[in-house]
Amino acid sequence: MTDTQAAPSYILTKVDSFITWAQKNSLWPFGSGLACCAMEMIATAASHYDIARFGMELFRASPRQADLFIVSGTVTNKMAPVIRRLWEQMPDPKWVIAMGNCAISGGPFPTYSVLQGVDKIIPVDVYISGCPPGPQALLDGLILLQETIAKGHPTSVMFKDR
Amino acid sequence: MSGFIVSEIIIPVIKSVAVALFPLVMTVVMIWMERRVVALIQSRLGPNRVGFEGVLQPIADAIKLFFKEDIMHRGADRSLFNLSPVLTLFTSLLAFCFVPLGDSINVFGYTINLWVAESPVGLLLTLGISSISVFGVIFGGWSSNSKYPLLGGLRSVVQVLSYEIPIVLTVLSVVFFSHSISLVDIVASQKAEGMWYAFYLPVSFIVFWISAIAETNRAPFDLPEAESELVAGFHTEYSGMKFAYYYIAEYTHMVLASSLVVILFFGGWLPPFPNVEALSFLGYVPGFIWYLVKIMFFLYVFIWIRATFPRYRFDELIRLAWKWLVPLSLANVMAIALVRSLG
Repeated sequence: MTDTQAAPSYILTKVDSFITWAQKNSLWPFGSGLACCAMEMIATAASHYDIARFGMELFRASPRQADLFIVSGTVTNKMAPVIRRLWEQMPDPKWVIAMGNCAISGGPFPTYSVLQGVDKIIPVDVYISGCPPGPQALLDGLILLQETIAKGHPTSVMFKDR
Repeated sequence: MSGFIVSEIIIPVIKSVAVALFPLVMTVVMIWMERRVVALIQSRLGPNRVGFEGVLQPIADAIKLFFKEDIMHRGADRSLFNLSPVLTLFTSLLAFCFVPLGDSINVFGYTINLWVAESPVGLLLTLGISSISVFGVIFGGWSSNSKYPLLGGLRSVVQVLSYEIPIVLTVLSVVFFSHSISLVDIVASQKAEGMWYAFYLPVSFIVFWISAIAETNRAPFDLPEAESELVAGFHTEYSGMKFAYYYIAEYTHMVLASSLVVILFFGGWLPPFPNVEALSFLGYVPGFIWYLVKIMFFLYVFIWIRATFPRYRFDELIRLAWKWLVPLSLANVMAIALVRSLG
C-alpha cells in the first residue's frame, strides 16, 4: 500500500511508528485452544515462561477485544467455519499465528476430516513449526510477529489480500 | 477585578480539569500496578518490556485500542449501544466533583479548596451519581442484543440493587457520628474527634468495604463479566475505544470506592492521630499526600483480594448480601443509634 505513495513526511512517519509500537506491545490474544498445542500455549502464559512480560497475558474471551488469533492445534473440517467466523468477528487490525504442524499443513493427519492448513481459510502472519512447538518456540514466534508489526504500516494488515 | 477573574474563572477551570484528569491518571497507574502485583503474587514477572519496568504498558494498550476497528453489529440498538459506555465513564468521573482531595491550601494569596463542588449533601450525591453508572452496564448488555451481554447486564442489576442497601446503611452509621452528610464536614468531624471512624465503627467499615468491592464488579464479585460463564459479560460485543471506556470506568470506580472508604472511615486527608501532640510533625506532610497514600493502600487491597479469592457463585453472592450484610448492617445501625442516643 505504501509503495504507491510519495515519501511520507517526518511527522506522519513518527506517528505511524508510534502506532505500530503500541500495536506490537499490546497484542491481546484470543483465548481459544483447539488441541494439544493449546497446552503449550497455556504453559506459555503460566509462571515459568510468562507471556505477560510482553504485555500479552490478557487472553480475551470475546473476539471483539482480541488482536491476535493463535490457532493452536488441529483444525478439523467441522471446526473450520467456526474458526473463520471467530476471525471475522475480531476487529481490525488483527493478526494470526498458525501454531504447530496441524495448523500449518494438517501435520500428521492427512485425512478426509482435517483441514490441510489453516491458511486455506484465514491469512496467517507467522507459522510456528513443531509437534507441538514448545513455549520457547511460541515466544520466538510472538517476538517475530512483533518485529513484523514494527516494520510495517499501522494499516498494512488491513489491506492484505484476503 | 483581576482577583475576581482568577478566583471565579481560572481556578475553577483548573480544578475541573484536574478533577477529570486525576481518576484517569490513577487508572493508568492502577492498570500497571495491577498487572505487576498480580503477576508477582502468581510468581510471574508481569509486563516489563515497555518502558522502565513496563510502566508504558497501559499507554500502549490505550493507543492500540484507540486505533482498533469500532464494530457496530447489525442487531444492536445504535443509540443505546453508543450511549452506554459514555454514561458509565461520565457518571463515575462526575462523582469526583464532590470528593475532597485534600485540605484548603494557600497559593499566591488565594485560598484554594481541593474539591470542585462543596454540597451539604455531598455523600448522598456521590453515592447517587456513582449508582447511575450501572445503567450504562445494563443498557450496554441490553442494547447488544446478544445472549451473553444480556445475562451479564441482568446479573449486574441484581448485584448492584443488593449491595446498595448495606452501603447506605453503613454510611448512615457514619452520619450518626459526624452529624453531617457533607464529605468535607465528615473529615472535619474526624479531626475534631481526634480519631478515624474505622476505630469507632469497625463493623461498618468491613461491611462497607465488602459492598464496595461488589459495587465495583471486582473479583471475587465480578459475576457480570465472569469469563468462564459469560464470555466477557456485558461488554462482549464492545470493541476498540468503547470497550476502553468500560475498562477505564471500572478503574475509576475503584478509585472512587477507595476515596469514599478513606474519607468516611480513615480521615480523608488527615494524618494519623491528628490531635496527638507527639505526632504533630506528621501534619507537615500535605493533606493530598496523605489522601493519596491511603487510597493507594486500598487500591492495593483491591488487587490483593482479586489475586487471592476465587469467584463467588451467583446464589452465594446474593445470599451474602441478603442473609449476612443487610441484617448485620441493620443491627449495626440500630446499636450505634442506641449508643449515640444514650451517651
